[in-house]
Amino acid sequence: MDNVSPHGSVAHGHVHEHVHEHAHEDLGFWRKYVFSVDHKVIGIQYAVTALLFLFFGFSLMMIMRWQLAYPGRPIPLIGQWLGQDRAPMGVMLPEFYNQLGAMHGTIMVFLGVVPLAVGGFGNFVLPLQIGAPDMAFPKLNMASYWSYFVGGVVMLVSFFQRGGAAQSGWTSYPPLADIAPGQTMWLIGMVFLITSSLLGSINFIVTTVQLRAKGMSWMRLPFFVWAQFVTSFLLLLAFPPLEAAAVLQLMDRLAGTSFFLPTGLVVSGKIVPVVGHGNPLLWQHLFWFLAHPEVYVLILPAMGIIGEVIANNTRKPLWGYKALVYSVTFLGFMSFVVWAHHMFMTGMGTVMSAFFQTTTMIISIPSVVILTALLLSLWGASIRFTTPMLFALAFLPMFGIGGLTGLPLGLAPSDIPLHDTYYVIGHFHYVVAPGTLFALFAGVYYWFPKATGRKMNDLLGKIHFWGSLVTINLVFMPMFIEGLAGMNRRMYDGGQQYQHNAGVLHWNVVQGYAAWGLGLFQLFFIVNFFMSIKWGTLVDKNPWQATTLEWLAPSPPGHGNFLTEPIAYRGPYEYSVPGAPRDFSPQFEPEKA
Amino acid sequence: MNIPYTVETRPDTGLANGKLGIWLFLGSEVMLFGALFSTYIILRNGAPEWPHGELNVWLGMTNTFILIASSVTMVMAWASLKLNNWRRHRLFLILTFVLAAVFLVNKYFEYSSHFARGEGPWHSTFLAIYYTLTGLHGLHILGGMIVMSYFIGPGAKMWKTSPEQFANRIEYTGLYWHFVDLVWIFLFPVLYLL
Repeated sequence: MDNVSPHGSVAHGHVHEHVHEHAHEDLGFWRKYVFSVDHKVIGIQYAVTALLFLFFGFSLMMIMRWQLAYPGRPIPLIGQWLGQDRAPMGVMLPEFYNQLGAMHGTIMVFLGVVPLAVGGFGNFVLPLQIGAPDMAFPKLNMASYWSYFVGGVVMLVSFFQRGGAAQSGWTSYPPLADIAPGQTMWLIGMVFLITSSLLGSINFIVTTVQLRAKGMSWMRLPFFVWAQFVTSFLLLLAFPPLEAAAVLQLMDRLAGTSFFLPTGLVVSGKIVPVVGHGNPLLWQHLFWFLAHPEVYVLILPAMGIIGEVIANNTRKPLWGYKALVYSVTFLGFMSFVVWAHHMFMTGMGTVMSAFFQTTTMIISIPSVVILTALLLSLWGASIRFTTPMLFALAFLPMFGIGGLTGLPLGLAPSDIPLHDTYYVIGHFHYVVAPGTLFALFAGVYYWFPKATGRKMNDLLGKIHFWGSLVTINLVFMPMFIEGLAGMNRRMYDGGQQYQHNAGVLHWNVVQGYAAWGLGLFQLFFIVNFFMSIKWGTLVDKNPWQATTLEWLAPSPPGHGNFLTEPIAYRGPYEYSVPGAPRDFSPQFEPEKA
Repeated sequence: MNIPYTVETRPDTGLANGKLGIWLFLGSEVMLFGALFSTYIILRNGAPEWPHGELNVWLGMTNTFILIASSVTMVMAWASLKLNNWRRHRLFLILTFVLAAVFLVNKYFEYSSHFARGEGPWHSTFLAIYYTLTGLHGLHILGGMIVMSYFIGPGAKMWKTSPEQFANRIEYTGLYWHFVDLVWIFLFPVLYLL
């Protein structure tokens, strides 16, 4: 960050004086970069922290993949450093495998993808795109970043407590989670993360409603803003029930209650002395009431980014903008009434199953509308194959695979044999990893010039893209094969003890190499990211020749964002307007430019 | 740099930022307590028997009236500001704070009488949900008291520099306070009477 000038780019000498009138406050290092209230700095803080957590969460998986590929063999390189209670002589213990699994899920979802998609891109891009000087509540914004940060630290520290980190999966099902070690720290960490999300979502909604620039009517909002707006409502309304559930589980663990513990619970052949009369299913309802909307929190901002990148690189308006907006809103509503399709295995009854199957089939309609609209936007375009566009193009089939493989899981009869197998892991990873994460990478490459005034290297970007695309498919595609063969998804030895897995075990080795290869290809991104901050090609304020308002501000924008009052004169995606002098007519240019 | 609509309302939405913000926050609070009330219903439906008359109705009733009274004084505190009567505002805000404190003292005696009999949250499902619901509600009371003490103390000087914004802040505090009051009005019959 050291060479990033906060006051406009070098290319705009005349702009400098103007900015100085604007940004008269001269803040010290701590207020400017650490305890900043500027939405762009906070967005970058979120993004960098989240990228670090993503890499850490992925590293946990690379260690697990060794154990799955070569069960019982000492972990090379780092095995000796893991300690006696995790991996004696470098060989992983089952308890440690469970910790890695639980924390991989928790970190990727709550500390990686959501903070990057919402905290990072939402914070940085949304106020710029609606023409606002900042978020509506800048101090609250800072508070939500630091609450997230504390939650993250609590999660990391939990590895070093006695008994290790949480080990009951990211879903933390009781009764196991009520009695397993490590869970208390997990719950405390979650309370911080939930608080962060709540503060953030209030901020996003108020900003979008109140701070839109002159002329920025609802139907002129970029699709990304709509996606973030709906996402914020999901966070606002779905997280409190998980907070309630976390409080109840904490009570179970600390105050001796049995909200989730049934009477006569037997562990290791002994009856556990608890009050009883609790209901373990209650946790699942409360958890999935959050966690299904959470799935759409993961995917909607990604769709928003893809919309921006596709419109820009096809040089065409998005196909069916209004259909996209209505679909995303409908998707938001429906996401609150599908949660129990995660619970077909619990024996909750056929009436409940029938209801949630129906809603699940209904919610697939708007998803398909969105994907179709994005796909049709490509029709007849002369596409620019830039790095962000490559990631966006790959998103479409990858998310498509993820979505379509979900259909059999949405119907109870086909879900029951598939539910505890690797098929499920394959399904949701296709949605979140080559789906959402590719979209997030597209976003990083696309908005990097706005944040730093420099472009990321194209060649390194393309190596990163192609390498990731091939390896990530080699990790997840075999999961469908394994799952259909019946391989259980929670075996720490990769399922070697079962005869029926014999035919698919060799895929574990392929997936292992693919996962480590995927890790190597991320190095191209990391190097590119840091090198480009210092040595990337300098660009002016609108390097992609885009139409939305963020490209009116200088790159990088100073505190307060715009040098002149931003006004939206037209819709967000007026590319290749017949009769226009250029192939893009930005929102900020009046009709007679 | 100034954020627009912190004090004045935006013409097309008819809202100031803080007003929308506090309503959204209350929306999330509804979901929080809604989840806990649902928990209560599910646990009670699944229980073989449910205790009656375990709690002291008179203490609960007294607390209900105390909170309703504090809601009234809260409104008066805000209305006095709008009428430009600073002394009355101080009086009513401090009165609201005192009523909230009396509520918590009352609650403390209720809790300690249960604990004296060994009836902690581990004792039964009913007491578990009772302590969770009233405990979380008590924390909300405490949160409201912290905010009020800020506006009685260091926050009060804003009245001199930006009276309208200060009145807005008292209004938002009031909205929150009425919500906390409303939660208790649901809690009282659910836990003490039914």
